[in-house]
Amino acid sequence: MRLFLGLLFRNRLAAVGAVVLAAILLFVLAIPVLPLADPNITETGKRFLLPFGEGHWLGTDHLGRDLLSRLLHGTRLSLAVGFAAAFVAATIGSAIGIVAGYFGGLVDNIVMRGVDMLMAFPYILLALAIVAALGPGLMNALVAVAAVNIPFFARNIRGVTVSLAHREFIDAARLSGMGHGRILASELLPNVLPVIVIAMSTTIGWMILETAGLSFLGLGSQPPQADLGSMLGEARAALITSPHTSVVPGVMIFLIVMSINLLGDGIRDALDPRLRSGALDRPAAMTRIDRRSPPPGAPAAPPLLALQDLQTRFHVGKRVYKAVNEVSLHLAKGECLGLVGESGSGKSVTALSVMGLVASPPGVITGGAVRLDGEDVLGFSRSRLRSARGDRVAYIFQDPLGTLHPLHTIENQLVEAIRAHRSVPHAEARARALELLDAVRIPNAGARLPAYPHELSGGMRQRVGIAMALANDPDIIIADEPTTALDVTVQAQILALLDELRRERGLAIVFITHDFGVVAQLCDRVAVMYAGRIVEEGPTAAVLATPAHPYTRRLIACVPELGEGRRELAAIAGLPPVVDRLPDGCAFAPRCDKAADACRRGEIRLAGEGTRRVRCIHPEHPEETV
Amino acid sequence: MANYILKRLVYAVPVLLGITIIVFLIMAAIPGDPATAILGSYATPENVEKLNRDLGLDKPLVQRYLIWLVNMLGGDFGRSFSLNRPVLDEILERFAATLVLAGTSFVLCSLAGILAGTVSAARQYGAADRLITFTVLIGISVPSFFLGMMMILLFAVKLRWLPVSGMYAIYGGGDLPDLLAHLVMPALALSAVATGVIARLARSAVLEVLRQDYIRTARAKGLGETRVIAGHALRAAMVSIIPVLGIQAGFVLSGAVYIEMVFQWPGVGRMLVEAILKRDILLVQGGVVFVAGCYVLFNIAVDVAQSLLDPRIRT
Ligand code: SF4
Repeated sequence: MRLFLGLLFRNRLAAVGAVVLAAILLFVLAIPVLPLADPNITETGKRFLLPFGEGHWLGTDHLGRDLLSRLLHGTRLSLAVGFAAAFVAATIGSAIGIVAGYFGGLVDNIVMRGVDMLMAFPYILLALAIVAALGPGLMNALVAVAAVNIPFFARNIRGVTVSLAHREFIDAARLSGMGHGRILASELLPNVLPVIVIAMSTTIGWMILETAGLSFLGLGSQPPQADLGSMLGEARAALITSPHTSVVPGVMIFLIVMSINLLGDGIRDALDPRLRSGALDRPAAMTRIDRRSPPPGAPAAPPLLALQDLQTRFHVGKRVYKAVNEVSLHLAKGECLGLVGESGSGKSVTALSVMGLVASPPGVITGGAVRLDGEDVLGFSRSRLRSARGDRVAYIFQDPLGTLHPLHTIENQLVEAIRAHRSVPHAEARARALELLDAVRIPNAGARLPAYPHELSGGMRQRVGIAMALANDPDIIIADEPTTALDVTVQAQILALLDELRRERGLAIVFITHDFGVVAQLCDRVAVMYAGRIVEEGPTAAVLATPAHPYTRRLIACVPELGEGRRELAAIAGLPPVVDRLPDGCAFAPRCDKAADACRRGEIRLAGEGTRRVRCIHPEHPEETV
Repeated sequence: MANYILKRLVYAVPVLLGITIIVFLIMAAIPGDPATAILGSYATPENVEKLNRDLGLDKPLVQRYLIWLVNMLGGDFGRSFSLNRPVLDEILERFAATLVLAGTSFVLCSLAGILAGTVSAARQYGAADRLITFTVLIGISVPSFFLGMMMILLFAVKLRWLPVSGMYAIYGGGDLPDLLAHLVMPALALSAVATGVIARLARSAVLEVLRQDYIRTARAKGLGETRVIAGHALRAAMVSIIPVLGIQAGFVLSGAVYIEMVFQWPGVGRMLVEAILKRDILLVQGGVVFVAGCYVLFNIAVDVAQSLLDPRIRT
């Protein structure tokens, strides 16, 4: 509760709402002790006095009545009627909803059809019909507004009840022989109550507005009694000559409704955990770059792609996750590099960092450099980065159902990819799209163009994903687990396709996977990542034959054809570390059977000669792995 | 597609029937003797009896409902005693005026709301986002009738830019520019709240979509940010925005009642309020059924629009 209030008041606007509402309530409650004039005493000699005059702070209305007094009395009436309507609607609506949700079946069906019918009305028509039947009057307006809001409560509360009605504690109560009435009252109601209260807090502003509206139309409170709505309605006749008589009640309605809205928003936000975790933040067009030190200089003979001491972090609340920790990699033209690790090892974030595609917030690139032909990509302007994306470096992502736009046709998505970089007419781009689909061996490509992603099979979708990556003849393709979501035979086809394409077109590929089996088929070199760092690197054949890092050895052992021949993908015992609190020394130590004290002391460097490197004090010996 | 529309129309029949039943029951619940209620307590017994016969009040409830329903289907909504003309004629005339007002407002609030919400989402936490969020908060808290009155004070009385009220100038006028000049203020006042609600929803819908993987794909393709937001994010967000547009249309129609009173707009809302005050039950009954029916049909159009937008629900 304290936490809740704290959250509520951290939201400054909600606090403003609370203060304004409290002030209004205070004034209204203090009516009996305030030195107010009688709100209904008319004085024809003092009509339309302006505000701040003697004896009448807010002036007088068309009958010479004191506006301040009428305002406070009217406010009291409006609030009372609004709250009463909300209470009545909530009680009846919730009762209906609970009964329908609890009993289900026919009762539910009939009740909810009725609710649907009521909700088919624009609300005012229903309210007007009720007032027409009962006749104008404040009580009748209250009944109308409450009645109109009953379906809203009934529907909401029914939903909650249905989800509760089949929980164990309800079943248990039923089995223990409790009657329906007692179950409803003692088991269900307490659990539904918070939802009812929240629903009330979001609608109460509306109800005040609606009753005021009916009074404004002359259908609610009748003279001499006046709520805010009828004050405004009466003042309308003199709007042009004495606007203050309209402004006073109008501003009051506005203040009440706004403060209730602010408070309601604050309550909702405080209760929504997604807001606090930042899960509702929008990823920016490019990853935020905040390098603390100047990027390392370009190497003398720059490779096609080089990552130099790249650091990417996630800032979530006060915690900092070092997702990519000083990663250096290089990729030559036409080369295929495998980047291997479990999920959470930082391999995908490394790949996404290359073209600034890490979601930001929370991602920030805090150091290092990404060099494309020696040029620092992290220093690119937005438009330069945009023109490099898809044109020089293209991506293939994991799940093609989620990564293709569900509402655009294949044709649209391919054509768009082409036209993002070449200003060619649509027809030409379409012809090119067709070529691409052929190139990725999609049968009957012409017929696929007008299809939507959900109409294709998983394998076909991934072929489209590959076609899209090929659209602009990129130098580099970064494939992030492109076959993980597919079944085994399709997986093999896609791998074969990628291998062919790369040889045909001289593509350089960064292939990200957790599966050494895939690496063995496709990659020239391999880098293994653990907890945001490279732990081993070398030519595929050599690493496979003689893995040096204990982690690499275990990853290889997971693959049936390469390791000891177990069929299922055996998981490595233990969990990868959470990268916001990395232990000193080797991050793998808790899961390593060779871990020694020295492993937990101080930084271990990535060391080695020639093409192979390893980050381990006790590397495996080739003999052991055979 | 034609199948889908047909199916929706068939589903609408029970809803439309339900509406007539609900309205009929509400009106049948008029306490006391409706004829006396209508004619006032000084009515002569003959008059009361005549009205009872006219309204068919001497027959059993179900029979009365069926007669009323069949008559309505034949276009006979009865005769308004206060206006002394057929109810349907009056409704059609008034509803046309309401359509002009509410239709304009609906288009306005949809466009402005979606635009504001999208900009707000694309600039989350930026100055534009804060400004829009704040304006929206004010917009959804001001009673539309009060906003309308303040607009009259400012634009019609003080600045003299626009006419105070009505649909056409009394002398001369009657052409399109005249109508537009009269339409500006009521349409704006009427769309304020709905604009705010739609903007809020659009903002969160676009934010939700922006986190989807296909947005990352669009960016990885090298699309410009405008294209990503408008062509990809908003397009997908529309799927959750469109149903709310349907709901908001109901609120615009409801708000029209107040705005028509404030601006003396000769629409169906003002007709209903006046009919209630004159206890012209047949006019109220007919007006409510007619407008509610139109709203149901409008919502079918919304469903159809939704299915055009989202190929996944086209069945
Ligand atoms: S450094 Fe030590 S703990 Fe880490 S992998 Fe090597 S042997 Fe194991």
